[in-house]
Amino acid sequence: MTQAHVSYKPSDEVDFVIVGSGAAGGVLAKELSTNGFRVVVLEQGPYLREADFSHDEVKVFQQHQITNNPKRQRHTFRATPQDKAKEQLSVLYGNCVGGSSVHFTANFWRLHEIDFVEHSKIGDIPGTTFTDWPIRYADLEPYYTKVEWEVGVSGLAGASPFDPWRSKPYPMPPLPVKGSGVIFERAAKKLGYHPFPAPMAILSQPHAGRSACVACGFCLGFGCEVGAKSSSLSSMIPAAEKTGRCEIRPNSYVHKIEIDDNERATGAVYFDAKGAAHLQKARAVILAANGAETPRLLLLSQCRQFPNGLANSSGMVGKNLMPNTGAIGFGVYEEPLNDYKGFAVSRILHDFYELDIQKLGFYGGGGVDARFDMTPINFVAQGLPPGTPMWGPGFKKTLHNNFTRTMQIFFHGTSVPVETNAFSLDDEVKDAWGLPALRMTFKDHDNDLKYMQWMTERVMEILDASGAKQKWHAPVGPQQFAVHLLGTCRMGDDPKKSVINIDHRTHDVKNLFLCDGSSMVTSGRGQPTMTIEALAFRAADRITALAKSGEISG
Amino acid sequence: MDPSCKPRREFLLQLAGTAGAALISAQWPAMAAAAQHAHEAKNSPKPYKFEVLSPEQAKEVEAIAARIIPTDELPGATEAGVVYFVDRALKTFAADSRPIYETGLLHVSEVTSKTFPSLTKFSAATADQQDRILEILFQPETSEKTPGRHRPDATTTDFMQTIRLHVVAGFLIDPEAGGNRDYVGWKVIGRDPDHSFTSPFGFYDKDYPGWLPATGGADKK
Repeated sequence: MTQAHVSYKPSDEVDFVIVGSGAAGGVLAKELSTNGFRVVVLEQGPYLREADFSHDEVKVFQQHQITNNPKRQRHTFRATPQDKAKEQLSVLYGNCVGGSSVHFTANFWRLHEIDFVEHSKIGDIPGTTFTDWPIRYADLEPYYTKVEWEVGVSGLAGASPFDPWRSKPYPMPPLPVKGSGVIFERAAKKLGYHPFPAPMAILSQPHAGRSACVACGFCLGFGCEVGAKSSSLSSMIPAAEKTGRCEIRPNSYVHKIEIDDNERATGAVYFDAKGAAHLQKARAVILAANGAETPRLLLLSQCRQFPNGLANSSGMVGKNLMPNTGAIGFGVYEEPLNDYKGFAVSRILHDFYELDIQKLGFYGGGGVDARFDMTPINFVAQGLPPGTPMWGPGFKKTLHNNFTRTMQIFFHGTSVPVETNAFSLDDEVKDAWGLPALRMTFKDHDNDLKYMQWMTERVMEILDASGAKQKWHAPVGPQQFAVHLLGTCRMGDDPKKSVINIDHRTHDVKNLFLCDGSSMVTSGRGQPTMTIEALAFRAADRITALAKSGEISG
Repeated sequence: MDPSCKPRREFLLQLAGTAGAALISAQWPAMAAAAQHAHEAKNSPKPYKFEVLSPEQAKEVEAIAARIIPTDELPGATEAGVVYFVDRALKTFAADSRPIYETGLLHVSEVTSKTFPSLTKFSAATADQQDRILEILFQPETSEKTPGRHRPDATTTDFMQTIRLHVVAGFLIDPEAGGNRDYVGWKVIGRDPDHSFTSPFGFYDKDYPGWLPATGGADKK
């Protein structure tokens, strides 16, 4: 089954070097190589295949098989710039070919029209840099459709009265309903809401030579063993390699973008698996390294021409981090749901997508899903009711009763952009390669703390209506850990207030492009991957047009 | 034949048997080979030899594990072979925890003899005495939980938290990863060892009539 793939030498000047092979990098690699360009993708993590994935929770959760390893990718955290940062795991991202699309839950929600123009509607929010996007839903709609058909999304068009317009139905029907979905649907309808089958980036039917989901249940956190989860690894990367023009180079840790005297990028410098440094030369550079590592790489690439960090004349690189807000409730029921079978989510609702700021006194919007996303060991870590004994007969009895009878209700919501919420370089701590560690500065805006409290109340109401025998919720309070890494190199028309333009080109460097969660201007309602992929499909079209008209190399 | 590999192996063989079906992906042959390899490794007739724990330490670990997840009408940590998993863990992914075990096990003996002066070993105590000792040893969780998602915390330096995590992991991990012998842990929690499932999955989706839109108006909240 192996086929000979193209490989380039670092000294070969390829058309594009792409840093990162995740949701955005995978799409860009596939699109640009399909369009005839020679592409090298540099991926920090290993190239694992479906056969390397397993249901081994220790390998995944303790040994960080497919995510960043806090001993190597060290992080620090502080709440405000005045605090001293202390070392702790601050972000989690996929660290393998396919990036975070390998381990994600696969909730695939489009943004709605309101997401792009919300500032125009409600105005300034004090203490934030809340603003409109420079593009609109209509600009992205064709690319959302492309994601659904090319990457593979199951769902039911027209099922939610809150959905934005679409040009095409889903390529395949929704996944089957789970017990959590049925319980949630009944409770939500009782309360007057409009639950509907969740759109998921998991194949409900065989598609494009890939397997359908076998409902094994090891989904969140795990790589899919059958390639049914629509990661870049199972969808975009094979298509990119098939063009014969794209090389995926794993174990390549990019730490500097090289700039010449004309302020043009000449390539990416990376350490290979043995620690030797190479410069991969390219006519243009695209960073798709995620919302933490893209800004970090720009800051690490500080040089004579760009003393504040590459492409950072605005000073906005790394700022406005939006990790999304959330609220999680748990319910235990009389009969077994066996919700460990299947995938995480089968029903959601969007009745709260756009909330009335006047009525509530705070800004927010979101969506709610019903799920069970905990594999057995993880269930013990986070799925037991408060007060469960730590050990002994009571502990065992709870495991015995609850594992098959528990479900979660997860409310996902907006974060507001705050300039001081940022990624930057730590002054003291160095990563395993001797480079300044990623430092996260984050303090939830009061608006978002109020919103999280409100979300938690709604979650508990749904649990009340669901007939749960026992229910509780996760604690509400300041966040210190981010998985959605959004807004940190935002898109905008004004070079003083944004890092990239609508073509994803940095305002400062003509042949340097950024595309990942960092490009987002607002946070959406908590399921960013589909938007990151739609942006990448669109960016690929824009970059192709620029390259073909000689506007990148010229 | 080791029955513990059956579900994944059967799953793979069953799929291989339906070759030509659209379900087959290019990955299956490699997966089947990996499953076969794991099966052969586990099938080795040699008795387990502890690599990190001394026989005395292993006895204490086994006794503590047996009170964390006791055996009653359902199997417990002993039947799941948790102590072997712990030994392998200390050799591999949890090698950093070895000093925690060294000092932790000494501390357990101290508390044992302080509480019951006639005893020096936890494993020599009766079940009731052992529970009394564990009540003293298990301090309430001191680390304050921050909101949001959590993963099992492997960074604790507290021995009881560490051994509890390892015991739970050894009881509930996929047996291919070296614990949860004969799927006894999954039997206790009610997890079917099969590798693939079809709906309906449980009680509540059994008679689901199919999705219908809600009837009320869709007003903004």
